[in-house]
Amino acid sequence: MKEKKRVLDETTAGEAKTGMERKTFLQLMGGGIFMFFAPWKSLDVLSAPSEQARSLPKDYNAFLKIAEDGTITCYTGKIEMGQGIITSLAMEMADELNVPFEKVKMVMGDTDLCPYDQGTWGSMSTRSFGPRMRAAAAEARGVLTGMAATQLGVPESQLEVKDGVITDSKDTKKKISYGQLAKGKRIEKFLDSKPAPEDFSKFTSVGKPVKRVDAYLKVTGKAKYCGDLNLPGMVHARILREPSHGAKLTSVDVSGAEKIAGVQVIRDGDFIAVLSENRDKADEAIVKIKAGYSFDEMKVNDKTMPEFMLKADSKQSVARSSGDLSAGRQLCDKVFESEFHDPYLAHVPIEPHTALAHLENGKMTVYAATQAPFGLQDGIVRELGFTREDVRVITPFVGGGFGGKGEFQQGVEAARLAKLSGKPVMLAWTRDEEFFLDTFHPAGVVKINSGFDKNGKIQMWDYNVWFSGTRGAETIYDVPNAKTTSYSEKNTSPVHPFGTGAWRAPNNNTNTFARETQIDIMAAAAGIDPLQFRLQNLKDEKMIACLKSVAEKFGYTPGNLPSGRGIGVACGTDAGTWVAFMAEVKVDRQTGKVTVLRLACSQDMGLCVNPEGALMQMEGCMMMGLGYTLTEEVKFEGGNIFNRGFDTYEIPKFSWLPKLDCVILDRKDKAPQGGGEPALIGIGAVVGNAIFDAVGARLFTMPFTPERVLDAIRKA
Amino acid sequence: MEKTIRFTLNGKKTELATDPSQTLLWVLRNQIGLTGTKYGCGSGFCGACTVLIDNEAVRSCSLSIGDIEGKKIVTIEGLEKKGKLHPVQQAFVDHDALQCGYCTPGMILTAVALLMKNPSPSTEQIVEGMENNYCRCSAHIRIIDAIKSASVAMKGGK
Repeated sequence: MKEKKRVLDETTAGEAKTGMERKTFLQLMGGGIFMFFAPWKSLDVLSAPSEQARSLPKDYNAFLKIAEDGTITCYTGKIEMGQGIITSLAMEMADELNVPFEKVKMVMGDTDLCPYDQGTWGSMSTRSFGPRMRAAAAEARGVLTGMAATQLGVPESQLEVKDGVITDSKDTKKKISYGQLAKGKRIEKFLDSKPAPEDFSKFTSVGKPVKRVDAYLKVTGKAKYCGDLNLPGMVHARILREPSHGAKLTSVDVSGAEKIAGVQVIRDGDFIAVLSENRDKADEAIVKIKAGYSFDEMKVNDKTMPEFMLKADSKQSVARSSGDLSAGRQLCDKVFESEFHDPYLAHVPIEPHTALAHLENGKMTVYAATQAPFGLQDGIVRELGFTREDVRVITPFVGGGFGGKGEFQQGVEAARLAKLSGKPVMLAWTRDEEFFLDTFHPAGVVKINSGFDKNGKIQMWDYNVWFSGTRGAETIYDVPNAKTTSYSEKNTSPVHPFGTGAWRAPNNNTNTFARETQIDIMAAAAGIDPLQFRLQNLKDEKMIACLKSVAEKFGYTPGNLPSGRGIGVACGTDAGTWVAFMAEVKVDRQTGKVTVLRLACSQDMGLCVNPEGALMQMEGCMMMGLGYTLTEEVKFEGGNIFNRGFDTYEIPKFSWLPKLDCVILDRKDKAPQGGGEPALIGIGAVVGNAIFDAVGARLFTMPFTPERVLDAIRKA
Repeated sequence: MEKTIRFTLNGKKTELATDPSQTLLWVLRNQIGLTGTKYGCGSGFCGACTVLIDNEAVRSCSLSIGDIEGKKIVTIEGLEKKGKLHPVQQAFVDHDALQCGYCTPGMILTAVALLMKNPSPSTEQIVEGMENNYCRCSAHIRIIDAIKSASVAMKGGK
């Protein structure tokens, strides 16, 4: 870790990481004990999207503050968007420092106060950041104990820490609290923490269910999201949008908007907006602008997209290759070739992209609903010509992200309008804009050629994925002759007619759907129970344990496909976590409507930091997964998006809720892994397999709409 | 254009001189400063902007401030009484019935209205009553459990 850091420093000579010099913010912070540490892996930074990659600072880049009242504040660039890390990261600190959980506070996503962070996504917070933070906290405890030893005149080895009080084990009258150590002082310590082997069983908070710390604020309406903020003189903005991606403005008449009292029209080239102290007036004004456009769109729509992708010029790369495919084919008794399609998906957080920007004395402050506060800071620097020191991004509570708020266009737009108007500008995208400007989960195609021998052993596996990346694409099965090939977008020939990006468990949903459907096709052809077929082709013990435990929880009894029962099986891995699924569905043969009655998931995520939080994430993943499985699909023609509201893009609702069963295989001896995404990846696969078991009809395209189900039944 | 609108807001008699055609949602949020009522879609689909008007759950994005003349409005800020959470709020905390929390005020007010009409709803009746409030984090199962608990608590534990 240290070596990599040094190399990076030499190449990029010490840029400041935050907008403010460390000295300045320490003045703001007042007295106390400050512990600086470096919690992130260099690799995390190197793997950041290029526009967000920045140099590692020379300085230490995370810190704890121990205040005179014994409060411990942790400053981190991660953000809270519902996934619960404001609770779980505080639990980890509390454990290592031996203080009550209530004494730990988190300050998150403020680019002036917090250390650099590439963004909150990829289920990284717990598995990557957590262990380093714990290591630093453990070292911090050591430093505090050392200070106590000096003050009490007692050897360190004789001291014990409990609830933030350090006590002489031989004379319990001799004691001093963390707060007393900090009193009237201003001490800075620089730690060089290396994650040490940990004894997870010693933790007191970790591993126990803890209620969310933000719940009270959220049930009373007191939690502040970006749109809830207010500044004197603030105006609400609406921006003129092109009717479709790729359209160019050819003429515009803003006079209709200008006539409305209290409305200011802002124009900067093709960027046109209206501002008003009254949001209703801004809404009224924006539709009064008359604009003409020319169109030069890609000739493709949601129906022709798969063929378009297969024909597109692409960059081919082999992600994995073992054995010899043609030799494997010779060993096969039966061979199967399938093609799977997956559409674009929208993120649809209930809070749309929102930002409040304010320029004061040359400093741009932007409050934003974002998963990437430092990315937004860089975006404003790049697009609006500010220096990094003059841009501060603050992240209030975020109303859901799911990957979509890794993009931060609204923050740059609000800053631009604040710069142009000189007023504080609130920009809350409408639901229409939220759909239109979303960076969708990319559509994709998967082709699999595979076969098994007389004994039902998979001998050949040729996996090809177009424009859906390789997350979850490698086979988890023990196959001697296997190849995974990925076809990705070339810079010179774009494939997507609009923006795409990460959507919760990016592309693993696509890849798990394709792989697990293909496995099911083979199990059916082999006349072997689909759970047994998987088990006999797996060597991976974690996966075997997940499958067995989910079968037990589900009360699974073997049956050959299709059994008519409507029961499906699937499994996969994501973010370092292993998951297995079972489902029971009911299919209406007349209407094609699929009802999911039961969903079960078993998850091995290593040590489970907050079982309650992990369970919540699993339930949320399973329910959200029903959306991409049954209804969610972006319809488009060229750059025009047809679904721009909840009436045309259906997300899961209460009536969809199946019976949910979750199993967490807690591994106290293993490092914690990601929990925010894995239980989402197999929902399409397990439901599709259950549909086949119910009616003998195989689905190759998600979502499984009534039309597609009826079509598959007709073909079966 | 301006008109004085009189109504009861969270138990207090309120007078507001304003353009009566303005959206109730934006008046609550931007003029009165009650930001617990959220903007989600602006067209009545998602339920994030739900408030109670004369004990009915309604979508404040689809009403004008002029429409509420003489009526009783309750927003999420009006549920907590003397530092004590409403039983539905308390049940949402106890069941961790939220993640990002953005849909939560609308969920809670819809549930409060549901329980006023039907103090002992079945699971099916809860689902039916909550159906058109959207939660993308998908806390549905916990929200249903929370409403069941609140129903019991509001009847004195029976």
